[in-house]
Amino acid sequence: MIQSRLLIGAIRTLRNIGKDFTNKIWRLGAGTRLFGLTLASSSECLRRPRLVVREVYFTGVRSLIIISVSAFFVGMVLALQGYNTLQKYGSSEAIGVLVALALVRELGPVVTALLFAGRAGTAITAEIGLMKATEQLSAMEMMAVSPISRVVAPRFWAGVISMPILATLFSMIGILGGYMVAVPLIGVDAGAFWSQMQANVDWRLDIVNGVIKSVVFGVACTMIALFEGYDAPPTAEGVSSATTRTVVTSSLVVLALDFALTSFMIS
Amino acid sequence: MTQNIVGSNIVEIDNLSFGYKGRMLHKGISMAFPRGKVVAIMGGSGSGKTTLLRLIGGQIKPNKGEVRVDGQVVHQQDREGIYKLRRKMGMLFQHGALFTDLSVYENVAFPMRELTDLPESMIHDLVLLKLHAVGLRGAHKLMPSELSGGMARRVSLARAIALDPDIIMYDEPFAGLDPISMGVICDLIRTLNDALGATSIIVTHDVEETFSFADYIYFVADGVVAAEGTPEDLRKSTLPFVHQFVFGEKDGPVPFHYAAGDYRQDLMEFKP
Repeated sequence: MIQSRLLIGAIRTLRNIGKDFTNKIWRLGAGTRLFGLTLASSSECLRRPRLVVREVYFTGVRSLIIISVSAFFVGMVLALQGYNTLQKYGSSEAIGVLVALALVRELGPVVTALLFAGRAGTAITAEIGLMKATEQLSAMEMMAVSPISRVVAPRFWAGVISMPILATLFSMIGILGGYMVAVPLIGVDAGAFWSQMQANVDWRLDIVNGVIKSVVFGVACTMIALFEGYDAPPTAEGVSSATTRTVVTSSLVVLALDFALTSFMIS
Repeated sequence: MTQNIVGSNIVEIDNLSFGYKGRMLHKGISMAFPRGKVVAIMGGSGSGKTTLLRLIGGQIKPNKGEVRVDGQVVHQQDREGIYKLRRKMGMLFQHGALFTDLSVYENVAFPMRELTDLPESMIHDLVLLKLHAVGLRGAHKLMPSELSGGMARRVSLARAIALDPDIIMYDEPFAGLDPISMGVICDLIRTLNDALGATSIIVTHDVEETFSFADYIYFVADGVVAAEGTPEDLRKSTLPFVHQFVFGEKDGPVPFHYAAGDYRQDLMEFKP
């Protein structure tokens, strides 16, 4: 009796694991298909750039405050922590390089992507999910207007354009935050701060690689947000779960992609 | 009546079966919608009425049978073909489905901007014309969140007729409306249908309103056409389902109780 119960329990667990796995594979396929359709439907964005500009405002411009404030604090913390360690080795002038490299190579693109997923990604998912729940996407379909061309593609390109700009701003404001702590507060020489940074930050290896990372994160975060919204069950619970999934999936994908990209860039 | 007027039907549903997840919603339904007429599809909740509209619009494909719009089989069309057919259709959704980020004016202008190359001055005149037809020209600056349910339905109707469609489909146009708004919508459906020379297909379960203006009615139950005819015919019908539906009787062929096991046994089975 107990053995048969255990067997049934094991079979049920195995079945659930299989179901979850096939469901994840199915969603990956559906997401890839949506990505392909989005790229194929992007000509409308070129014909009517105003659609993209409007979305850049909602996803990019409206994320400016959270990005700027976070960047300033991150830069200040980096300078404080960096100074603490560097002064032990008598190289506190290198603080400018430390702050700049940390921001340009890693923290700029990664933290921006995480904040973008929380601020703009959730908004995109919720908006599209609610458009689906209130039959706005169906209404568009019935008017012979493709929701992918009209709704998905402009938001996708807006995300891809906004992310590197936001990441660049993040790095710039972060460096400014680091400067504010290092130079006026701690007393590091301003000339050393800037000149060391200028000498040791490489245009191709550091700045361009950082921008490449942020473009990849832009594609990933925006596409995840769009897919979760487009695929959300048309109910209040469905939209709220989709919004949560956007943040969780985007964060994990960004961190995993960051490792993969960094390993390629370093090698 | 309608089955005999072959050729003059703008929409024809022929022996259509549709189902999903192992449940058949329609089992060999045939219907015809003659040009210029107002035809209602009635039936209880969950009888697949709205799904019929989605099948006509090509949003889903039938398992068997076909839907023909203007002589063309909908599910055999490619994406371009379906979009071409949809340009002949206008649809009023149950809750309006207005674009919440656009004003009333922008909502009505939306299909004109997306599907035509009309100059902005002409779009302006056309939008005000359509809004005037539904009595809401004065509300053109409002946002959808500022409209009542009845007003939203009327704006949605103005948007549905924006490009003078040949077929206007209404999904539960009276649901949740007060009696005045209901009367307004009834009047608009008939007036706009006749003025535009369109064909109206109305999915509803509101008997009195529909019987007051529809030309022909189909009753759908258990996946088949349970009855059809003019409102007068159906009022006189002795079919038990039609009688129960038209007179709103609590019990009949559609039982009050959902299928359940023994009542006493269910009560005894409670385990805290």
